[in-house]
Amino acid sequence: MLVSLFITCYNDTLFPETGKAVVRVLERLGHTIEFRREQTCCGQMHWNTGYLREAIPIIRHFVNVYRDAETVVAPSSSCVSMMRDHYRKAAELAQDTKLAAEVEMLLPRVYEFTEFLVKKLGVEDVGATFAHKVTYHTSCHSQRSLHLGDIPIRLLKRVRSLELLPLENPQECCGFGGTFSIKNADVSSAMLADKVRTVLNTGAEVCTAVDNSCLMHIYGSLHRQRTFVRTAHIAEVLACTAGGDGGVH
Amino acid sequence: MPESIDARTAILSSIRTALGASSRPDTATIDASYSALSRRYKREGALQSEALLGLFTHRLIEYDAGVTRIARGQIAVEVARILTERKRMRIGIPGGLPSAWLPAGFDFQNAEHYSEHQLDELDGVLTGCTVACAETGSIVLQTGAAQGQRILTLVPDYHLCVVLAEQVVETVPECFARLGSTATLPTTIFSGPSATADIEMTRIKGVHGPRFLDVLLAM
Amino acid sequence: MHSGRRRRRALTEKRESPWSHRSFPEAAKELLADSQIRRNVRHATNVIQAKRNRVVAELEDWEQLREAGAAIRAHALEYLDNYLVQFEENCTRAGGHVHWARDAAEANGIILDLLRRHAAKEVIKIKTMTSEEIGLNRNLEAHGIHPHETDLAELIIQLGHDKPSHFVVPALHKNRQQVREIFQREMNLPDLGEKPEDLASAARAYLREKYLRIKVAISGANFLVAENGAVCIVESEGNGRMCLTLPDVLISLVGIEKVIPRHRDLEVFLQTLPRSATGERMNPYNSIWSGVHAGDGPKEFHVVLLDNGRSPILADSEARQTLQCIRCGACLNACPVYHQTGGHAYESVYPGPIGAILTPQLHQMQEGRTLPYASSLCGACYEVCPVKINIPEVLIHLRSKVVQKDQKTIAGRLGLWNMGMQAAAFLLADADRFSMAQHLGQIGQKVVVSQNGFIERLPLMLSGWTQTRDLRPLPAQSFRDWWAEREKAKKNYASHETIKRNDTKELGDAGKH
Repeated sequence: MLVSLFITCYNDTLFPETGKAVVRVLERLGHTIEFRREQTCCGQMHWNTGYLREAIPIIRHFVNVYRDAETVVAPSSSCVSMMRDHYRKAAELAQDTKLAAEVEMLLPRVYEFTEFLVKKLGVEDVGATFAHKVTYHTSCHSQRSLHLGDIPIRLLKRVRSLELLPLENPQECCGFGGTFSIKNADVSSAMLADKVRTVLNTGAEVCTAVDNSCLMHIYGSLHRQRTFVRTAHIAEVLACTAGGDGGVH
Repeated sequence: MPESIDARTAILSSIRTALGASSRPDTATIDASYSALSRRYKREGALQSEALLGLFTHRLIEYDAGVTRIARGQIAVEVARILTERKRMRIGIPGGLPSAWLPAGFDFQNAEHYSEHQLDELDGVLTGCTVACAETGSIVLQTGAAQGQRILTLVPDYHLCVVLAEQVVETVPECFARLGSTATLPTTIFSGPSATADIEMTRIKGVHGPRFLDVLLAM
Repeated sequence: MHSGRRRRRALTEKRESPWSHRSFPEAAKELLADSQIRRNVRHATNVIQAKRNRVVAELEDWEQLREAGAAIRAHALEYLDNYLVQFEENCTRAGGHVHWARDAAEANGIILDLLRRHAAKEVIKIKTMTSEEIGLNRNLEAHGIHPHETDLAELIIQLGHDKPSHFVVPALHKNRQQVREIFQREMNLPDLGEKPEDLASAARAYLREKYLRIKVAISGANFLVAENGAVCIVESEGNGRMCLTLPDVLISLVGIEKVIPRHRDLEVFLQTLPRSATGERMNPYNSIWSGVHAGDGPKEFHVVLLDNGRSPILADSEARQTLQCIRCGACLNACPVYHQTGGHAYESVYPGPIGAILTPQLHQMQEGRTLPYASSLCGACYEVCPVKINIPEVLIHLRSKVVQKDQKTIAGRLGLWNMGMQAAAFLLADADRFSMAQHLGQIGQKVVVSQNGFIERLPLMLSGWTQTRDLRPLPAQSFRDWWAEREKAKKNYASHETIKRNDTKELGDAGKH
């Protein structure tokens, strides 16, 4: 299958390893990856901060880039939920019926990475080996917007040598929330402190998730506290093979 | 009160302006819209009578109410037994309570027109009910025969309630269906004794309403 | 009344409001420092959440009940004028009196007039957030009338000279020791124990005398039924039933949005409300009545219908769903922000996620402007809402209103946030510009990267991040640059292979000769 990778703006800039891992996993499964270099961003930051008008050109740009793509895969549940939850309204707000129609056509072909593996490809065992203790953080968008349920867990359970340790209060937000972490830094930090405590309580070496945004937030505190717990996007865990390099930085 | 009429006009016109309609829809349109509302929730229960009464009993016990299943002919005997056990002698009753329910040897007083102070003097109250809901363990009282006015079952500290098996339905919608014709009567749906969880979310029994509830479920 | 006078009265009311007007981050900061409140809030919300989840899971038709609840509430709002008039007709026919109040001042005025007519010096009250909204207690006291709160939690708040922090369990920020101290002091009970049972008994004894003596009661209402003029009040302790049946006069102050079309609609809300609010299958007591009933309950019954900023919300088709709220408080209990701060940080009678959307709208976005930002948009509120109010969606919608309003002023346009967002929007709408920004960032970040290779301090509005969090610097190569390099290498490899293949072919061909 020809898979068009939407890396997302922050993974592109801050977490290129995640993109490389997605490529490695999908190529290992025999799929062809294309990367459209015109891609930028889904518009989520602007939209969620209330800059709706400013988000529209970005959204329009996304739709233009992927209009003819066979399948779009993004390693970020929050970006995919931005599209599913808000693109229709954005088109309505822009009073652009053509955009609305294109959004309708495109959305069913856009997948979050783990959703793509399990729901679209029907794969749970991606042939990975990862000899570490891992805990899984359930991001808000993955559970409440995309309703991924146990999809990421099912993938992790099929990784050889991986010891999965359950996280307490998995349903609770880590406190990132995009610009919320800056506009309400104190509350966000308090939420993060609770989350990080539960991560440390698991005794895991690695905390993984389907969103690097949460992981960047969680790691920010783990690093500040000088702990040795690392964070890694689930794609980076799934990319590891016996004898291969870790892929986890 | 002219001020009030003025406010009424102002509020209604503000609502109409906000809803953005120059002419408001007629009753037929509104009724049609109402009838089309989604109501895919469970209306009728599926439990057979034994399971139904079992569920009702279980729920009441969870509320800390006493429940005894008895034969229809044994009501007076059971009332005597339970009042003796609870050491309650002066019992208020509503008008229209079947006299066959009343055993000898107790001070049953028709408390229909009792003041709150008189009610406060009683040891308890004995009533029937209108309908009961098994799923929630609730009993419905409506002002009228065998149930009396609302304060009768409020001020005394003890309530003994006789529920007939055929008065028990499974779901809340079934319960409301039975209330349809008497909807405007003062109605109290109560579930167990008075309770609060306002202090550290600890549920404790009995604040202002009756602190003790016994139910006789008559087959 | 002249509108000028009315406006002046409204302004006075606003100034007297017990809620100060700090921004949410400022107020939250103060509460975050109070570890006792945070522990109490955390404990209480955990308990309710667990109970709620258990009883909701029992119902296989929960989603259908939510759908029906949302549909009924939305329908009622769409035809609100019609249903209010219907309610008024039927309530009046049943012997009740209906009053209309545009704002807090009018509602206070109506209630005061009624109390004066009955020469009331004291009133008993059932917990009503609507009365908090209009500052009723303060107003009554200013006119020499003493209100007695009868709900246990409201009594704790009143005697402790405190403010509610939750609209179902207003005193959840207090623990048993704190309640005991208040009761010991205010009820003059030096030997009072601290078991919840002791505290509840003290309240029972303290209030019982008042129920039997005071002849006027004030309540709110959970639902008004248009078709028969019925009023429904849901409670647990029996204090509600006391206030609804013992006095001679009952006054119910109710927001205009509380009306539902028909009696049978209660079959939905009396399932979803108690399960969502307190985790009970049904509240201990639900009272439903219409008007006055000879020989049972008050001889005089008044309903005061309060607008106070509600009707304009109907005009906003996106935010109108806010008024579907049935005040169960489930969104507060589920909210990770509320868990941290409790209700007082919202500086409003209506805290939590629903308060974050309701409060600014009730004030036409003039106040509570930081509240729509008091959420990480995690969606837990929407997930538990029994009438499916999409709170995150409304939060974003209100944020856009705040932004647009800011952009109308020069200061707002030149503000850091606006400038930053405009710049980002410009860069993100085109790949070349975005790529250039990445390169600039990779170079420019050197000034903020610490010796350990991490960013530990950021300037200006970004400083909030590095208060408690480090930031990994941008890696030297973006994904797109890596991909471009890989493609180039592939192409080189491929063309190299082609050349090789062609060479071989030529060689081979040559060999044939």
